[in-house]
Amino acid sequence: MTNTWLPLSVLLSSLLPGLIIFLLAEEQRRTRTLLNLLAAVTKLVLTGVMAWGVFQGRQYETRLPFLPKADLVLRADSFSLLFITLSAVLWFVTTIYAVGYLEGTDHRSRFFGFFSLCVASTMGIALAGNLLTFFLFYEMLTLSTYPLVIHRGTPEALRAGNVYLRYTLSGATLLLAGVVLLYSLAGAVEFTERGALGAVAAHRTELIAAFVLLMGGLGVKTALVPLHGWLPVAMVAPAPVSALLHAVAVVKAGAFGITRVIYDVYGVYLVHDLGVMQPLAIVAAVTILFGSVRALQQGDLKKRLAYSTVSQVAYIVLGVSIFGTASTIGGLVHLVHQGVMKITLFFCAGNYAEELHVHRVSELRGVGRRMPLTTAAFTVGALGMIGIPPVAGFISKWYLGIGALEAHQPWLVVVLLTSSLLNAGYFLPIVYSAWFQAPREAWKPSPGRWEIGLLLLLPTVATAVLSLAAGLFAGAELSPLGWTRLLTEREFRP
Amino acid sequence: MTSVAALMAWPVILPLLGAVLALLVGRPGVRLVAGVASVATLMASSRLAWEVAHQGVLRQSIGGWGAPLGIEWRADGLAALMLLTIALVGPLISVHALDHLGDREDREFLPLWLFVWCALNALVLSDDAFNLYVTLELTTLAAVALIAVRRDLPGLDAGLRYLLFALPGSLCYLLGIALLYGAHATLDVGTLAQRVQPGPVTWVAAGLVTVGLCLKTPLFPLHVWLPPTYTGAPTPVTALLSALISKGSFYVLLRLWLEVFAPVLDARVGQLLGVLGAVAVLWGSFLALSQTQLKRVVAYSSVAQIGYLFLVFPMATSGARAGAIYLVVSHAAAKASMFVAVGNIHQAVGITALGGVQGLAYRMPFTFLAMALGGISLIGIPPSGGFIAKWLLLNESIGTRQWWWALVLLAGSLLAAAYVFRILRGSFLPLPAEVKVRSIPLRNELAPLALALIALVLGLVPWFPLELLAIGASR
Repeated sequence: MTNTWLPLSVLLSSLLPGLIIFLLAEEQRRTRTLLNLLAAVTKLVLTGVMAWGVFQGRQYETRLPFLPKADLVLRADSFSLLFITLSAVLWFVTTIYAVGYLEGTDHRSRFFGFFSLCVASTMGIALAGNLLTFFLFYEMLTLSTYPLVIHRGTPEALRAGNVYLRYTLSGATLLLAGVVLLYSLAGAVEFTERGALGAVAAHRTELIAAFVLLMGGLGVKTALVPLHGWLPVAMVAPAPVSALLHAVAVVKAGAFGITRVIYDVYGVYLVHDLGVMQPLAIVAAVTILFGSVRALQQGDLKKRLAYSTVSQVAYIVLGVSIFGTASTIGGLVHLVHQGVMKITLFFCAGNYAEELHVHRVSELRGVGRRMPLTTAAFTVGALGMIGIPPVAGFISKWYLGIGALEAHQPWLVVVLLTSSLLNAGYFLPIVYSAWFQAPREAWKPSPGRWEIGLLLLLPTVATAVLSLAAGLFAGAELSPLGWTRLLTEREFRP
Repeated sequence: MTSVAALMAWPVILPLLGAVLALLVGRPGVRLVAGVASVATLMASSRLAWEVAHQGVLRQSIGGWGAPLGIEWRADGLAALMLLTIALVGPLISVHALDHLGDREDREFLPLWLFVWCALNALVLSDDAFNLYVTLELTTLAAVALIAVRRDLPGLDAGLRYLLFALPGSLCYLLGIALLYGAHATLDVGTLAQRVQPGPVTWVAAGLVTVGLCLKTPLFPLHVWLPPTYTGAPTPVTALLSALISKGSFYVLLRLWLEVFAPVLDARVGQLLGVLGAVAVLWGSFLALSQTQLKRVVAYSSVAQIGYLFLVFPMATSGARAGAIYLVVSHAAAKASMFVAVGNIHQAVGITALGGVQGLAYRMPFTFLAMALGGISLIGIPPSGGFIAKWLLLNESIGTRQWWWALVLLAGSLLAAAYVFRILRGSFLPLPAEVKVRSIPLRNELAPLALALIALVLGLVPWFPLELLAIGASR
């Protein structure tokens, strides 16, 4: 039984509200917030229904005529649901956070409009059933995030926007070249479990060329070294944007695309056979170490988090580019885990900046006494990033490590351990000084009952709890890990 | 008249009637007459397109004499699509002209535009090389009058420049078809296609026709008249020139090349046109990037976009043909929206420099949105008609193993992104305090938006125009 309208509705549930929000006047705060939340809840419900259906083995596909030999296909398979569920949940909390964060600032209709478009594009990327559809939404994501990056309208923000566009549009050009090359070789390549290029496997040169182009294009958004330059610069964006960009939307779109190409376009066996997996793993390993080292050097909290993202997203790429089930599980589950943990950290950074105007790491001394809940959430996120149980990050690293050993690549275990040490090196001092050192001067007391407005506090605590839960209940069938295992086993079934 | 004749005649007769009536009634009724004529022509064009979509190619002999003696008109999918494009894009530009031009110009602009419309529709439907010449000439002359409609110095200068380049172009074309007529004793395009043989006469004729039409379109390096003309003409006229009138001569070239000349010419000639197109793409984009006047940025972008069209000649496949036509149509909508948006900015803040866009996103959101959507189509980012065109051309360049054209297409997109975002990003800056924004009528803001939405819709449902295009693609 195929359901044809649900994938489209999931997409429209953020696209339409986004378009309506543009038309709202700046003062219509209540209407806008209501619309935002209504849309976010609708999307959560629709996603839940679809996830349950896919778990039961139902098919969801929307197919629209587009070009002569290429339809627009939106299809929900277990991999897209992993990404959609993550986006839907995090969109919901980020919306609440953004409403609180932007209280009383200018151009909020424009902000929330593009915010919704950005989520709609992410949904499209997750649901895309072939490369052409994927590309359409991938470009739409670039266009809808650009106004968010330059939202503040300062010269610095505009410069960051320029850098962002230069990187992403060049990446898109490479991606388009790769897509066209594959299209001329094999027609409209539909995403299929275990790959769709079996019939043209003999054209090795073209396939390798297309693979390199695709990885180059996707690598920009994933921020793989040396294509990562835009990510730290884009930190000028407002905190909720950074949170979403780093946790769900942009970098994840890249990582998701890389996984799609390896597993559902080429098929993991063909990629392995073409000999392009090892170079990708090396790039990912370099990125992991490079990002961690650079993070260690940053004094600005958001910059440190940005370089940490560079490093952490490369874990996903590393996982999917090692040939074996365990590493693939580790990479895919990190897609979810990193999202939840990183968004927590960005929320915390936003809270510190908003409440105490603290931006630098050195200024965080003793902040734990003034903002205990935020700092607790930060601690959970930081421990998870390092990979300390029982936070979710441990699960990912465990599987990655086992995968590296299974694939007889022990050097990768060294990379993982070094990176964990570096992570500890740039996160633990913050945690220590926040809790145990005395503040330089007394913090100004909070005007309200809580350490910061509830609209900012609740999302932060919620995502921290999620990071813990994903680790504690990893054994459950519907946990991110359970879902990922199910899906990986299908990809590797010979 | 039979019903087919009526179907094909109305899209030409109605704007002509409208033009004459508009001239006669003068000031009080000119807008009403033009409005009625526009709606009626749009309906007639849609009706014809509908019939073509359902019945296939329609032909009609004018005055009862068939080819090879008489003149034949032929409506295939391509012609139908062009009719629709003109009927949608042109009136939206003229809506904007109403408040942009003064009262007197208004009275003269509308009839002249209707004349151009009539000539273009006749050109699109005509299947006779000499008839094509006549309609081309009519378009040119009406266009010259349009350019100079303000009777100010920049306008007259621009008009004269255009005339000086377009006239030799017409003469070259005329000479070319005279040679063809002398050798093959027919002017009917279909008959010519059967009779031409490789040989010196055909080569010279093809060269003359091509050079003539390239002068009018214009293709690099014959584009030197374009930037000053586009800058000097009143903005609505520039929009018409870039969106529709320059497409008329390209349409003729495309028809004659693909149907008559391509089979009898050396493939290297097609490559040469492709090379010139590629240089136009890169050089035009580069110059657009280095302009400081808003209107000139958009004008130079036209040089580049026309360059893309000529990539069809080296590929010469049905897919490339579809891609080029798709670009003609989406560029018409996108570029018209850009020019009209530029007109709005000039009108509202009185600044012609690139800095005039500052604060645009807050003060004139619809104009800004139009500019953004139009720009996206020029770059060729989805969702836009420009992307579909680029996709088709890219596929053909890989498919025909001429990957170097793919490089040109991709590099051109990046350059286009650079000059489009140079405009767009300034509009996010806060509005300078000393700038006074005059309010402009809402319909002037909505006209460019409607044009940009056409470009957007072309990127969302490409299968419809593509299916229409395929009708009668090969004789």
